[in-house]
Amino acid sequence: MSKPIVATTSLAGCFGCHMSLLDIDERILDLIELVEFNKSPVDDIKEFTKMCDIGIIEGGCCNSENVHVLKDFRKNCKILVSLGECAIMGGLPAMRNNIPIEECLQEAYLNGPSTKGHNPDGIMPNDEELPILLNKVYPCHEVVKIDYYLPGCPPRADLIWNALVALVTGDEMKLPYEVVKFD
Amino acid sequence: MSDKVKFKIDGKECEADQGLNLVEAAKQNGIYIPTLCHLEGVKAAGSCRICNVKINGRFMTACTTPVSDGMEVENSTEDIKELRKIIVETLFVSGNHYCPACEKSGSCELQALGYRFTMLVPRFPYAFEPKEVDAKSTKLYIDRNRCVLCKRCVRSIKTKDGKSIFAVKGRGHNAMINIDHELAAQMTDEEATAAMDTCPVGSILKKERGYFTPIGRRKYDKKPIGSDIEESVTI
Ligand code: SF4
Ligand code: SF4
Ligand code: FES
Repeated sequence: MSKPIVATTSLAGCFGCHMSLLDIDERILDLIELVEFNKSPVDDIKEFTKMCDIGIIEGGCCNSENVHVLKDFRKNCKILVSLGECAIMGGLPAMRNNIPIEECLQEAYLNGPSTKGHNPDGIMPNDEELPILLNKVYPCHEVVKIDYYLPGCPPRADLIWNALVALVTGDEMKLPYEVVKFD
Repeated sequence: MSDKVKFKIDGKECEADQGLNLVEAAKQNGIYIPTLCHLEGVKAAGSCRICNVKINGRFMTACTTPVSDGMEVENSTEDIKELRKIIVETLFVSGNHYCPACEKSGSCELQALGYRFTMLVPRFPYAFEPKEVDAKSTKLYIDRNRCVLCKRCVRSIKTKDGKSIFAVKGRGHNAMINIDHELAAQMTDEEATAAMDTCPVGSILKKERGYFTPIGRRKYDKKPIGSDIEESVTI
């Protein structure tokens, strides 16, 4: 039997969830035995080359590119997993949801401590090559259907490991108290 | 002088002092009924509905119900557990709960209920409605993004001459907790810390106290909320 194929991506996240995946330590060797990776920052495959079984999403959707990638994952993966608080509820990037977007941009490009006085023409990035910011940061499941959720900031390595093994073997997922956390 | 009454919770024979509210009566028998707005020794508000149980077949809030002889209580049936989980999820989406950045994380009762009910994601869409932060007081600040309007602060935090330091302003959707800055400025450090501990979530916080306890040693890092009660009585 061929190995299940896994794809991963980081949308509006900090890569912490991916770091936590690596935190499974030497079990990473077992993981390579268990699954094959396709599109993922782990192996630097940029585009899907085949249909995948499991898509792991870190980060929520803060711009048009995040939405595009997420929809691409939904199309190319049988199962999608929201990994971490940002994918599940927007996380720290969503703290901007309570601030008008214009104010956010002004703070970043005009008035912030590192930009104040250094941007005399008041330029804000606005090129058609650049993804457009969404009005707010959205949890992934408010954009596409998500099948499973693994909370945490980042999710504990054991939680990710338990989930992957359960998904690959079809066994029930273990959720011990100490690994299901929102921080 | 106190009369004992006999009652049943999920079929288990229990005994407690007559007139005691059901939350405390259950506690005496090693049974945890989840609560959020309830505070031992303070007049019940019955506002959060987490403590919903079925008494003789009807939904009632345990914190507002005095125990009586022959009561038949259902506390942990699947539908009651699901109802409580729904309430917790509603609270998560109606406030702005960024747990990874919250000073109360790990010791927060709302979060702990989420853990106890294994809430992986709320089933409702997030409201993302901005709420105001008031940091004008010298010792305390209040972040209404996390307030669950349990009114514990209003009911229990008073000055020595009985004045309320916190009050509710507005009604319904617009209700919010306000702080009396003048009275708050007279609080001692201990009183300010106690106020922070009274709030079940990270809405009332003592300044310069955030992230005081390291991860791993916070209240609910290792054991679910209520497990101290469940472990207190061995049968
Ligand atoms: S108050 Fe509790 S639930 Fe809300 S953000 Fe803080 S830790 Fe999380
Ligand atoms: S500030 Fe805290 S104690 Fe007061 S009503 Fe809000 S959640 Fe309850
Ligand atoms: S604890 Fe009983 S209603 Fe809140």
